[in-house]
Amino acid sequence: MKDLKNTYTVSIYTENNIGLLNRISAIFLKRHINIESLTTSPSEIDNIFRFVIVVKSTEFSIQRIIKQIEKQIEVIASFYHTDDQTIFLETALYKVKSKSLFDEKHIQKIIKNSQANIVTVSPNYFVIEKTGWRDDTEKLYKELEPYGLLQFVRSGRISVSKEPMNISNLLGLNTDK
Amino acid sequence: MSNNNKISGAEAVIRSLIEEGVDLIYGYPGGAIMPIYDELYKFQDKLNHVLTRHEQGATHAAQGFSRVSGKVGVVMATSGPGATNLVTGIADAQIDSTAMVCITGQVASHLLGSDAFQETDIIGISTPVTKWNCQITQAKDIPEILAKAFYIARSGRPGPVLIDITKDAQFELMNFQYNKCLSVRSYKPVPDYSIDQIKKASHLINESKKPFIVFGQGVILGEAENEFKDFIEKTGIPSAWTILGLSALPTEHYLNVGMVGMHGNYGPNVLTNECDLLIAIGMRFDDRVTGNLETYAKQAKVIHMEIDPAEINKNVECDIAVLGNIKETIPLLTSMVNKSSHKSWLEKFSFHYEIEYKKVINNEINPTKNGLTMAEVIKEINNSTNGDAIIVTDVGQHQMVTCRYAKFNKSKSNITSGGLGTMGFALPAALGAKMGAPEREVVAVIGDGGYQMTIQELGTIFQTGSAVKIVVLNNNFLGMVRQWQQMFFDKRYASTELVNPDFVTIAKGYYLEAEKVSERKNLKGAVNRMIKSNKPYFLEVSVEKEDNVFPMIPTGASVSDIRLE
Repeated sequence: MKDLKNTYTVSIYTENNIGLLNRISAIFLKRHINIESLTTSPSEIDNIFRFVIVVKSTEFSIQRIIKQIEKQIEVIASFYHTDDQTIFLETALYKVKSKSLFDEKHIQKIIKNSQANIVTVSPNYFVIEKTGWRDDTEKLYKELEPYGLLQFVRSGRISVSKEPMNISNLLGLNTDK
Repeated sequence: MSNNNKISGAEAVIRSLIEEGVDLIYGYPGGAIMPIYDELYKFQDKLNHVLTRHEQGATHAAQGFSRVSGKVGVVMATSGPGATNLVTGIADAQIDSTAMVCITGQVASHLLGSDAFQETDIIGISTPVTKWNCQITQAKDIPEILAKAFYIARSGRPGPVLIDITKDAQFELMNFQYNKCLSVRSYKPVPDYSIDQIKKASHLINESKKPFIVFGQGVILGEAENEFKDFIEKTGIPSAWTILGLSALPTEHYLNVGMVGMHGNYGPNVLTNECDLLIAIGMRFDDRVTGNLETYAKQAKVIHMEIDPAEINKNVECDIAVLGNIKETIPLLTSMVNKSSHKSWLEKFSFHYEIEYKKVINNEINPTKNGLTMAEVIKEINNSTNGDAIIVTDVGQHQMVTCRYAKFNKSKSNITSGGLGTMGFALPAALGAKMGAPEREVVAVIGDGGYQMTIQELGTIFQTGSAVKIVVLNNNFLGMVRQWQQMFFDKRYASTELVNPDFVTIAKGYYLEAEKVSERKNLKGAVNRMIKSNKPYFLEVSVEKEDNVFPMIPTGASVSDIRLE
């Protein structure tokens, strides 16, 4: 059990501070753990920021990492969740030659079936957006690849936990009012 | 507002330090910190700046100062190499929880990222080894950030903080107002204790037949020596120390059973795996303490009393965690436990001590062979100082021997590089210790290898006139590495033999009184002359070349498999 690796979503609430990203990533670096994805954004509380980091690790290791993260001065709190404890998504963008949209009828079918959105169309290229789980964006990638992808990019995971994180209690704030 | 009321950022740094009660700084000037040094010149009646010979020496001196005085050690250095030379000392302070504030100069903010002369990303470099760090690019931020730096360095589990100040921020004018930092909302230095956990701990203690305490530096950092002593005297629990816990309890206290760990005493190591309750107080279960974790105290319940939540269950899973400041939690625990004596259990420690005495200790302190042993030198220092000295050690065989045999009556007396194992620590740390406790005798015990890593600080000792007593135990080897080569690498002594200079001549070159001893009959007199001197003094002792430190727990072995020979 101690050696069983799993995907964990680490959520970190922090003050805004130059260098904090470095401080947090150093904790993973020190333990030779690769960061699979990383997103930072504002949180539900004014001036409090949120990191969402996805790593593959053992629970034994992740429990200790969470404590090291919380030990950092500007970190307010840190949590870890397994995939079934969170609602999570990623967004992918696909840039395709406009010509193939008109030449290959099949592409239109792929876009429709995948429930992806066309973000922009220009004479030379068009851009498709797909938000979903990793499997969904990868499936679309595989389907579009034969027609020539000019560019592809996928965001880091964003996630909210199913259970409350009670972060405002820690700060003595009441955001539920 | 007119500029008449304004002061420069550099002056704001100095005024902030004075507001924090700082009167001593170790450092080294250079281009990017010159405005601050210029202000130091003006404030030299209030702030004593000690010019070390290398920035690393400044950090270790500040550590020595902090460890004996309980105050924050302050270091200054310039940008680039000045800043990078601090890194070893900062890392040492981080792992040994020493309160230190380092102030580095940085290139002007418009040059950041341009690879300017002596520009280096010291914030990036120091991040993994600081408790906190911050770069200042505007003068107006200086008082608030420095107040926060001192608060963070000294509160909770102490540690090093680095503040990097760009040169333009040092010149810029600002309105100075200083407010001490009393809290940081995202930082809780001392976790709340749970009375329920303390009650549960007291039940375990009251039920235990063979309880055993391992205490660390937390007792010293928490200034809880008296509370700790009251607790063990009421419960009668045998107590062993980690290397950084040494001197928190007088060596000769009847419940002090010695050192745990790789070169610790036989009894406390073997009986770790026999106790039914292990009470860890202000310590972090370092691998040099535990040996193989798979076989460490598996039969025992574990209580862990600790200020840092990240240490709980990090290496050893505990049954009861008592978070909080032990100065508060220990007296609560003491009030709940029964008075006890554990006489027969304590006798087991005496029994094991007798075995260790016959097999190891007696041969070390009363040797019959020709060559001098390190332990007999320590014995003479004990005799000459009566155990009242501060003893500073470097890293290696001499360090283990000193910690095993030195006698301590008072707390904050054992200064050594524990967690990081930094060779070169002792000489500058001894200078800092002497300046932090000028009324006390300070003896630095150093090996011939580590001594040459910071030997240039003899210049600082001479210039300050600090009456540090320096003992170099010279075996012409990097002794600990050689011991491992002998035991685990079939005596292939790869690059461990040293051809040394004439250390006495070098010391004399720095105008220090200096002496060398190679024969037993001259040892006592030489040590006494050194201790009697009221000046800095250098004593070289030629010791047996290929002595080994025992007992020893080989890496990966269990504490109960400690070897006596």
